[in-house]
Amino acid sequence: MAEKVIAGVTVKVNDEGYMTDPSQWNRDIAVEIAKEYNITLTDKHFAVLEFLRQRVMAGEALTIRRVGSSGIVDIKEFYQLFPGGPLKVSSKIAGIMKPLSCV
Amino acid sequence: MGKIVIIGGGTAGTMIANKLYKTLPVHEWEITIVDPDEKHYYQPGFLFIPFNKKLKDKFVKPKKDYIPKGVNFIVDKVSKLEPARKAVLLKSGQELTYDYLIVATGTKPSVDDTPGLNGPLWQKEAFEFYTYEGAVALAEKLETWKGGRMVMAIVDMPIKCPVAPLEFVFLADAFFTQKGIRDKVEISYVTPLPGAFTKPVATAKLSELLSSKNINIIQDFYIEHVDNEGKKLVSYDEKEVPFDLLVTVPLNKGAEFIQNSGIGDDLNYIPVNKETLQMQQYPEIFVLGDAAAIPTSKAGAVAHFAADVLLENLLDMIEGKEPTAKFDGHANCFIETGFGKAALIDFNYDQEPLAGTFPLPVIGPMSLLKETRLNHWGKLAFEWIYWNILIKGRYLPISNKMSMVGKKISK
Ligand SMILES: Cc1cc2nc3c(=O)[nH]c(=O)nc-3n(C[C@H](O)[C@H](O)[C@H](O)COP(=O)(O)OP(=O)(O)OC[C@H]3O[C@@H](n4cnc5c(N)ncnc54)[C@H](O)[C@@H]3O)c2cc1C
Repeated sequence: MAEKVIAGVTVKVNDEGYMTDPSQWNRDIAVEIAKEYNITLTDKHFAVLEFLRQRVMAGEALTIRRVGSSGIVDIKEFYQLFPGGPLKVSSKIAGIMKPLSCV
Repeated sequence: MGKIVIIGGGTAGTMIANKLYKTLPVHEWEITIVDPDEKHYYQPGFLFIPFNKKLKDKFVKPKKDYIPKGVNFIVDKVSKLEPARKAVLLKSGQELTYDYLIVATGTKPSVDDTPGLNGPLWQKEAFEFYTYEGAVALAEKLETWKGGRMVMAIVDMPIKCPVAPLEFVFLADAFFTQKGIRDKVEISYVTPLPGAFTKPVATAKLSELLSSKNINIIQDFYIEHVDNEGKKLVSYDEKEVPFDLLVTVPLNKGAEFIQNSGIGDDLNYIPVNKETLQMQQYPEIFVLGDAAAIPTSKAGAVAHFAADVLLENLLDMIEGKEPTAKFDGHANCFIETGFGKAALIDFNYDQEPLAGTFPLPVIGPMSLLKETRLNHWGKLAFEWIYWNILIKGRYLPISNKMSMVGKKISK
């Protein structure tokens, strides 16, 4: 497993650059990763990131629909905050593994 | 007398009813199965109906022919579960109590969850094939369809038999080729996933297959609504896919009573311990088949592997022991690829599908992730196995644990 220095912290990442240990994450790291996607993080972004981290730590599988019913953002806003693949992008910024919907 | 109630008499419920009936002493245990639908459908057959309507009758049989005579079969719908009281409420007003409960109510397509899907085009130019009626309606459409843009679109994951929409486009390609109109049909495969499939090795192989058959793949497309007037799919990030014929896999959802009873997740699947298949809060409740929120495929073959584990654990509990059998998420399924060939994948919670061979007793090694005729015959044989062995709970010489024998690990 590879390591990478993000915002001055050495973190473990997989070959796609997703952090493999969510406890190594902090807000500065999030800001750094978000830059790769040209996203400037706002409070709304952070609210979504915190939600994702909480759900994942609780052992839940994430889906776009589930984020859309979180009460924080609806699906449309989720797309606007994290354009492209919102779940893939937000998970990377949140320091959690890429969500794999099961086969 | 102990009481076991099984909710749902589909693939999983029928299978476990047979296993329990064979294992438990009749004079000590009363087994009851509740299901509002008297017909048992062979759902894997729904994939073939759109291309040959004549097949439809052989995929439906009376449920009672497959439920053991000593098991009570109540034709009614469960409207609520009250786990704290160990009570099951039925639509008719009847109430059942249990010592052990097995929920096997599966999942079904929900057309109303996508705005515009159930609109003016529904069953005219927009279809689904995850129900018997839907598959038959689509068959009637395809009989006379002259060609144009056919779009196969998945609304969201998870869906049961996640390879079925891929198989559908492979079979459609063969169907239109044999009809002599393939050059008049443009086939697109629209998925919310970032690729043809979820796991890397299988995605690479399946993407190759799609492009070799001249099927476009449109990935990361998350449908917001269907525009009936403009005949197009519109995504949340405002991308569009126009169609002349739309085939969808609508959002799949579990039974409503799971929602009413407050025991499910947002798609009405019940979270359980993925190894023992029990609910955390109510260990006397097991969930088998598509109704369970566990990270593996929703497929009949999975329910079959899980049923052995459930049986062992239930017997342990009856004897007052801690349940020890563990389900590893074992799944295997044939992928019909058209022109009399099929591929096969085999995987579990931890191991993604790989290439190689699958050691099948008697029939011999089947090729994994590769199109062969033998795999196609395997798929056809599955129907016979389903009616005669699988749901009757008979012994099938395939281990419920996934094996790495024959799998190629390095690429
Ligand atoms: C097109 C298609 C192709 C497929 N191909 C394959 C394949 O090749 N291989 C494979 O392994 N699997 C395949 N599957 C999946 C397979 O059919 C399912 O995974 C399997 O049937 C799941 O079994 P189950 O018992 O969980 O659900 P089901 O068999 O769907 O049974 C659920 C039962 O619960 C009943 N029920 C629902 N609500 C209630 C209620 N409130 N009260 C009482 N009863 C209720 C229903 O009437 C139904 O009888 C396919 C599915 C489809 C749609």
